Amino acid sequence: MSEEKAIRKGYVRPLDLKHGRVDLTHGSGGRAMVQLIEELFAKHLGNEYLAQGNDGALLPMPKGRLVMATDSHVVSPLFFPGGDIGCLSVHGTINDIAVMGATPLYLAAGFILEEGFPLGDLARIVESMAKAAKEAGVPIVTGDTKVVEQGKGDGVFITTTGVGVVAEGEDYSGDRARVGDRIIVSGSIGDHGMAIMAQRESLGFSAPILSDTASLHGLIAAMRKSGAAIRVLRDPTRGGVATTLNEIARQSKVGMMLQEAALPVNPEVAAACEFLGLDPLYVANEGKLLAIVAAEDADRLLAAMRDHPQGLRAAIIGTVHEDAHHFVQMTTGFGGRRIVDWLTGEQLPRIC
Amino acid sequence: MCLALPCRVVELLADDQAMIDVSGMRKAVSLALVEGVGVGDYVIVHVGYALTRLDPEEADKTLALFAELGEAALAEAAAAVG
Amino acid sequence: MKYIDEFRDGELAKGLAAAIRQIARPARQYHFMEFCGGHTHAISRYGVTDLLPANVRMIHGPGCPVCVLPIGRVDMAIRLALEAGVTLCTYGDTLRVPASDGLSLMKAKARGGDIRMVYSSADAVSIAQQNPDKQVVFFAIGFETTTPPTAVAIKQAQALNLKNFSVLCCHVLTPAAISNILESPEVRQWGTVPLDGFIGPAHVSTIIGSRPYEFFAEEYRKPVVIAGFEPLDVMQAILMLVKQVNEGRAVVENEFSRAVTRDGNLKAQNLVSELFELRRSFEWRGLNEVPYSALRIRKEFAEFDAEKRFAIAYKTVPDNKACECGAILRGVKRPQDCKIFGTVCTPENPVGSCMVSSEGACAAHYTYGRYKDIKDNAAVNA
Repeated sequence: MSEEKAIRKGYVRPLDLKHGRVDLTHGSGGRAMVQLIEELFAKHLGNEYLAQGNDGALLPMPKGRLVMATDSHVVSPLFFPGGDIGCLSVHGTINDIAVMGATPLYLAAGFILEEGFPLGDLARIVESMAKAAKEAGVPIVTGDTKVVEQGKGDGVFITTTGVGVVAEGEDYSGDRARVGDRIIVSGSIGDHGMAIMAQRESLGFSAPILSDTASLHGLIAAMRKSGAAIRVLRDPTRGGVATTLNEIARQSKVGMMLQEAALPVNPEVAAACEFLGLDPLYVANEGKLLAIVAAEDADRLLAAMRDHPQGLRAAIIGTVHEDAHHFVQMTTGFGGRRIVDWLTGEQLPRIC
Repeated sequence: MCLALPCRVVELLADDQAMIDVSGMRKAVSLALVEGVGVGDYVIVHVGYALTRLDPEEADKTLALFAELGEAALAEAAAAVG
Repeated sequence: MKYIDEFRDGELAKGLAAAIRQIARPARQYHFMEFCGGHTHAISRYGVTDLLPANVRMIHGPGCPVCVLPIGRVDMAIRLALEAGVTLCTYGDTLRVPASDGLSLMKAKARGGDIRMVYSSADAVSIAQQNPDKQVVFFAIGFETTTPPTAVAIKQAQALNLKNFSVLCCHVLTPAAISNILESPEVRQWGTVPLDGFIGPAHVSTIIGSRPYEFFAEEYRKPVVIAGFEPLDVMQAILMLVKQVNEGRAVVENEFSRAVTRDGNLKAQNLVSELFELRRSFEWRGLNEVPYSALRIRKEFAEFDAEKRFAIAYKTVPDNKACECGAILRGVKRPQDCKIFGTVCTPENPVGSCMVSSEGACAAHYTYGRYKDIKDNAAVNA
């Protein structure tokens, strides 16, 4: 009986998720790779498209205009409070599509695995991706796996690409901010970046900071429903709110004036930033968005956001004004004024 | 120079170290440069070392002084205008 | 955050601003130098200058240890990593300082140097402990605040009997730098740099106490007010300085009474004298050779001195000719007066030391305040 089972299945042993590790055969295209795909990837990510089992997924053509986005994920550590590289890769690409005003439809995921990477960890990551994709209602319909030699990768790198659809009409675009518009942030800033920093052993601090990684298309749908005249939508990932606003200011050829007192920052994030000499305005977010909206609709949009679980702490943080130099400025909580400039290089913890 | 922060000591640790807390952020720092620091004290921490204890009474006095000077000045300014 | 947020309160700021406006005599100018880079940063980051009357001006001094670190010293650290193959541990601030041959520690890392950023000197000792087959060198920079932590690290390494740990000591001294400024021809002879007083460094003073500044107040007849690190502290210190100037007094006052005493931290001071001694002279970037302004490791601890363990000698490297850092560090010129400020020399591409550290006068002005240089911008001047 057991012999029949073994022959039928094709694999002598199931994947050893407890002690097993990725090896070069898993990327070779042979049986080992197929087993990895069947017993690990397809098992968790399973959907009708993946089940087609072909090199590419055959998808119905949606009505409207197509939006495509891609993101590579190299975060370290792979697992952090509030998330992991798996769900991060799902949320990141969904958000890139959603801030274009599009409804995210499908995702593709490419994995570069390092020889020696524990299969147990890989399973955790894939499970997390599956959960995120399911909750977002966006299936991962096709994928790819490669294995590189030990030392040539950082455990795992994931690239996700997604497509979405947007109806005809006016789009959100970085060059559409106008003088008088209001700037809204959907919640607390700096959470993701500091959650990652706290994990860096070399810095040795612990803080109850959770990454805010989340898919925002639900919040965005609620925002569209409010009917507010939204000009720009963007998610402030690397480089933080400051970098994103500077980009928009340059694209739209305007200036901005922020109010420091209006910025939502969690106390632990503020404390961690103080300690390391970092500025929350430049720290990455993975579950927040910035919206630039016509002044007369700002309150309406804010109310719609605050009504949604992902926008509870949404706040108006500033105004767009005329400025030939496209500076993003800020009145500090202290009462003075300063520029919120572009990020220079990488934000490094300071002693000074 | 010197990025240094007032932190609350929440636990004394072995090897002349202490666990400090600032709004929920925690870190182990060295007490090698200070003496007589206990749980509940505030210390100024720089690159992982406590440099000195912060005197809460002096801190309160300083803040009170700011308020006093400020109020007096604002009152005078208002009187001058009025 | 306790003892932090209260000292940033905007309402109290308005009150102190009014108090300064009231006593600043309209007929004269007041020029105060804040020595410490942390104060430069606080002033820029909170926009303190906006709350001061126009006749009270802040001059940024050389209190940024990264800014005054000569190129030649960074070159030594880079050579240790790339040629001697050591594991070079450094604070984050020094990673981007441009050195010779288009290199920086960050770029040397990209070339394969084992260069690691550490938050604390203790971390460097741990790295040495965990990697007994590698030579680990700690790049020790900083003023008197950061010197005791280096001392503790060396003693720790000694107690652990580590054979693979050493320190490249570039610690410098505050009073020597202040002397240098006060002795500079622009201040002393020509009076072209009007300096009415100093804001003394916050955390350096927790270690050295307020006593060392009494000499300056007496000898040069300039008031010194030691100020805490927060913007309200800075404003209060300015208020106290204006008052002293008006009354013709020149004494040392301590605004940072919650952390600074006259004697300072004797335990830390004793530890530092146990391990370090004065160098007869040391080159400061922008200030050139300054006598008795820096420390080296005593011969009793020579085994932990990277300059003795490795065959690296200090070679002086001149600054870019167009760079005005020297004048800016002495308060003789402002960042805007430098021809290459904001054009060739920017935070992304720093030519001189004042632009490298976020506390350097040029970096602070560029990052936080350069909008003020633009006169024709309506939004800016609103």
